[in-house]
Amino acid sequence: MSERILVAKVGLDGHDRGVKVVARILRDAGYEVIYTGLFQTPETVAAAAVDEDVDAIGLSMLSGAHLTLAPLVVEAIRERGAEIPVIVGGIVPDHDLDELKSAGIAAVLTPGTSSGEIAQTVASVLAARSNLQ
Amino acid sequence: METARQLWQERFDASKLRDADFQTMSGIPVEPVYGPSDGEFPGEYPYTRGPYSSMYRSKLWTMRMFAGFGTADDTNSRFKEIIASGGDGLSTAFDMPTLLGIDSDDPMSLGEVGRCGVAVDSMADMEDLYEGIDLGQITTSMTINSPAAVIFAMFVAQAEKAGIPRSRLGGTLQNDILKEYQAQKEFVFPPRQSMRLVRDTIEFAAAEMPRWHSISISGYHIREAGSTAAEELAFTLANGFAYVELAMKAGLDVDAFAPRLSFFFNAHIDFFEEIAKYRAARRIWARWMKERYGAKSERSMQLRFHTQTAGVSLTAQQPEVNIVRTAIEALAGVLGGTQSLHTNSMDEALALPSDRAARIALRTQQVIAHETNVANVADPLGGSHYVEELTDTMEQRANELFDYLDELGKGSMLEGVISGIEENWFQGRIADSAYELERSFNAGRRTIVGVSEFTEGNEEDQIDLLRITGEDEARQRKRLHRVREDRDQNAVDIALARIRTDAADSSTNLMPALIDASKVYATLGEMMSTLEDNFGRHVEVPVI
Repeated sequence: MSERILVAKVGLDGHDRGVKVVARILRDAGYEVIYTGLFQTPETVAAAAVDEDVDAIGLSMLSGAHLTLAPLVVEAIRERGAEIPVIVGGIVPDHDLDELKSAGIAAVLTPGTSSGEIAQTVASVLAARSNLQ
Repeated sequence: METARQLWQERFDASKLRDADFQTMSGIPVEPVYGPSDGEFPGEYPYTRGPYSSMYRSKLWTMRMFAGFGTADDTNSRFKEIIASGGDGLSTAFDMPTLLGIDSDDPMSLGEVGRCGVAVDSMADMEDLYEGIDLGQITTSMTINSPAAVIFAMFVAQAEKAGIPRSRLGGTLQNDILKEYQAQKEFVFPPRQSMRLVRDTIEFAAAEMPRWHSISISGYHIREAGSTAAEELAFTLANGFAYVELAMKAGLDVDAFAPRLSFFFNAHIDFFEEIAKYRAARRIWARWMKERYGAKSERSMQLRFHTQTAGVSLTAQQPEVNIVRTAIEALAGVLGGTQSLHTNSMDEALALPSDRAARIALRTQQVIAHETNVANVADPLGGSHYVEELTDTMEQRANELFDYLDELGKGSMLEGVISGIEENWFQGRIADSAYELERSFNAGRRTIVGVSEFTEGNEEDQIDLLRITGEDEARQRKRLHRVREDRDQNAVDIALARIRTDAADSSTNLMPALIDASKVYATLGEMMSTLEDNFGRHVEVPVI
């Protein structure tokens, strides 16, 4: 069975070009991809991730709310007793990278990342996860 | 029989020209337009070559820089800076909670207040936003859609409180809800209910605000979401036809409102294709307005548009190179005959623009306007075999898409567009085109400088970025709480009850009730949720 990835939009950000393109890239790379749709909360994303038993979550964030919302998603997953890696993609300035990493975000993908690099990052995040388990 | 040139010449001679030398740098005098005497001319139907006979010889395009961040005070200072550095129109960017019609203290607003634009919760914020700016003189554009009627009501209410009658207010409300479902995705109410609010704003502006453009029909977001140039052209104009049919259905004469419609297009990096797109847009609009909708007034047939350079063409790598991309895109907008222009800042793939980056973006327009002499001649590429053929091809591609929608709506573009939204047709096509483009980048068929090639220098120091702190969010919440405490709650309750009553009767225009509620400081969230009780909420079925 192929690994499952949940791609999600949290908060009020309606920019969905990136999330849809990334969903198709991952599907072409052989993953089973589930998309939450727009306007989710950290709780609805965590609940969907646990219910669907996904192997990783991709959060698309282009509105500048990443420092507030991405850590809340990580927390909401932990509160459900799960360990699912979260990857953030979108407009994230360099000076926010450390804070995201220390909040438990597994990887951050910024504008200009190629399809190949996206698939590679997901693969290595999944590999790191199975090493832990 | 007068030749086309003679007809044009008469109108040109009657136009007021700006004070400038219309000659090349070496002193060669240049004509206002070139071409055969029996050919097309600017200001003449079908306006392929421009809506006005004298184009930039009378007036340069408006340098309208889009700005908004943090609280109303912060944005007010940025506005004053724009005016001081020679910008001549304002364009307001609202934050995500405002775009979705919720208050800054709503739980969903967490982390989003003042991030992507300015936070507006009530008329109090509008008062601060335009404090010290003469709204009877400078025109204002507001990028707002789902809550457009409410924000428009707050704007009118604050201007009248400041002593400027609504009839003197000039500007543009984006108010293009159709493209929200198709591309931008900041929707609240279902399409048909939203269209009622659009009808109310068109009616209100047609009756009371002669200087106001009630809708800016926007292809920009359709393109940014991933469409091709031809899809941007076709979807935008199809939405325009839908609004025309909406207003005609409400009993308005086409010439009473069509002159107030304006357009907003993207300027992407494929230089000639963009210019052909603008030329085709003018021609198609003119033909449809005259032939299908029976417009008599020239103003109804003349497509006027704002342009913004392509945000998606910017790279996070070597951001200074974005200045070059933006300059080329802006030039396409100018050679395509735009009426106003926003140039993106070099740092926008990384953050909201810093003061310095925004100033350089404005300077880019000023170089094009004042140093290059490109504004001396209307439609300078008209007559180029390449550009003419590309213009025709754009028109053909658009016609194929119109045929599909017309059939879908059984002869009504309004129904065709709404059905296309409900069936996810637009959304699917845009997502397909976005993915196709991504695949062509990854297959190495397209080069992006600094990303796919020429990456030396990518590791150098980054430029200074604007930082927005969580303090703005806390400050805005406090302001909102103060407004709620200071206002007359009884008056608010009465005003909201009236909105509720008026919303229930679809033949009533909601604008007067919304303006009255704004005046007593009802909040955006309160007015929107009152409307939602009646209108319901739109939920998109996600497709990938």
